[in-house]
Amino acid sequence: MSDLKKQHTVTLDMDKCIGCFSCVKRCPTEAIRVKDGKASVIYDKCIGCGECVRICQSNAKIPSYDKWEVMAPYKYKVALVPPSFYGQFNNVKDVNTILTALKNIGFDYVFEVGIGAELVSQATQRLLLKGKLPKPIISTACPAVLELINERFENLKPNILQLLAPVDVAAKLAREKVIRRGVNPSDIGVFFISPCPAKVYALKANKSVKEKYVDGAISVSEVYKKLLPELSNIEDSNNLSEMGILGLQWASSGGEAAAANCEKYLAADGIENVISILEALENGGLQDVEFIELNACTSGCVGGVLNVENPFVARARLRQLRRKFPQVGVMLSDVDKPLDWFFMEKDIENDHQTFSADRNEAFTKLLEIQHLLDDLPQIDCGACGAPSCRALCEDYVMGRISTINCPVKDRKDTK
Amino acid sequence: MSSLHLEYEVEGNNFVSAGQATEKVKFCLKGMGINPADIRRIAIAMYEAEINMVIHANGGKALVDIFVDKIVVKLVDTGPGIADIDKAMTPGFSTATDSIRDLGFGAGMGLHNMKKYTDEMYVESTVGVGTTITLVVNFS
Repeated sequence: MSDLKKQHTVTLDMDKCIGCFSCVKRCPTEAIRVKDGKASVIYDKCIGCGECVRICQSNAKIPSYDKWEVMAPYKYKVALVPPSFYGQFNNVKDVNTILTALKNIGFDYVFEVGIGAELVSQATQRLLLKGKLPKPIISTACPAVLELINERFENLKPNILQLLAPVDVAAKLAREKVIRRGVNPSDIGVFFISPCPAKVYALKANKSVKEKYVDGAISVSEVYKKLLPELSNIEDSNNLSEMGILGLQWASSGGEAAAANCEKYLAADGIENVISILEALENGGLQDVEFIELNACTSGCVGGVLNVENPFVARARLRQLRRKFPQVGVMLSDVDKPLDWFFMEKDIENDHQTFSADRNEAFTKLLEIQHLLDDLPQIDCGACGAPSCRALCEDYVMGRISTINCPVKDRKDTK
Repeated sequence: MSSLHLEYEVEGNNFVSAGQATEKVKFCLKGMGINPADIRRIAIAMYEAEINMVIHANGGKALVDIFVDKIVVKLVDTGPGIADIDKAMTPGFSTATDSIRDLGFGAGMGLHNMKKYTDEMYVESTVGVGTTITLVVNFS
């Protein structure tokens, strides 16, 4: 698991890293340390949220995604276009221009992830009506949140909505459609234009699907570079967009909840806010809420670190585009799939982090951590390279480091 | 039997910081690999108790002892005390003011929930002196 995470979340440009503590302090799961003047990630703890990429002043954190060349081996290329993508471009009157331009730069078929989102929303509405969902239900479109719950909030796993993410639904549908058009299945390559590394990792790890539906995840910025010159050349665009407002609004925080058509909803965005909501839920709070939408990025998917545009600008553009869209583009009845076709195909794996699998040993380690902690200044300054005194003690007890070096304590001791 | 002893100050009338002790305890229990259902039980009870001290007693102390097989949390305050403990345990009974209720607290389920979610719960209280609540959850 860790190897896959190492390849597909975030890596470090050693030359650019100046060994500051920005990312160490920013990481919501305390997954980063500065060792020998360079940042290093404990991948078991990483949820792929991209906060470290966002905060790094030296651009030393490289979010993971596939390069354009990943498409080369495939004869028939399918682009999965997320609704947030439409917010990246200035002066676009009609999203069909963007979709047509995508076909001109090398894609044979374009499919809007917003359609997947619309279908997921309609499936959610049906499940809510049936009244069999746990309360509150936590929606799953953000893989970083899913990973966070998996690692730190095991208690809340039963509250996770067991539906596939829109991108998985879109990939399954797009593949089917293209095969029905007579394209040889082995020629088809399906590529997601990803706004964040968390989605890249989720697709690479096949988190909720049994077979691979997506062959690559290219970053929004990579596609943007190629697309921008082409956009100005387009005079006549084809009518390629099929989705409606229901799908479009998934691009920003609150849209998914609105699309679920549930009155008692809560939408939180930004990783710290997400954590405080999860903590409150675990303590028995928020009993009067039925639907919870959580997005690790501020403003939702438009805030993903692989995007090019400021999330608030993108959000404003999407708002202006709204009136060009029908309320709903694709109905559940249009695709003729049973409800269980939309369900996750396998259980979410347990990544829960403990000090030891053995309770007695874990307890001994906990005592040791506390004992060591009592001897430290507990000002969580980060000078040792760990985000907190507790994290430093934990690193030692877990064998990740061989000595506890606290510059602050050493200085005081010598005085 | 050895235990991990932790002490936290709970500030009075500070709703924002209420629950911090609960979070720290949860962190320890998760590291120990305690059954999530048990963590949830003590979290709900302890959070209720913390909030109670914030609302009614102008704060207090949370004294936590974590053992390998159970957790004991004592919440000690020097607040007004509880005149009729049986009545206070009744679901829906609350002495919280309207302004507290406006914040979404004071539903009168506090003590009731503490009892419901724990394996043992004791209330010792003297009017004018203070209240000590003891919560015990045995780990499965």
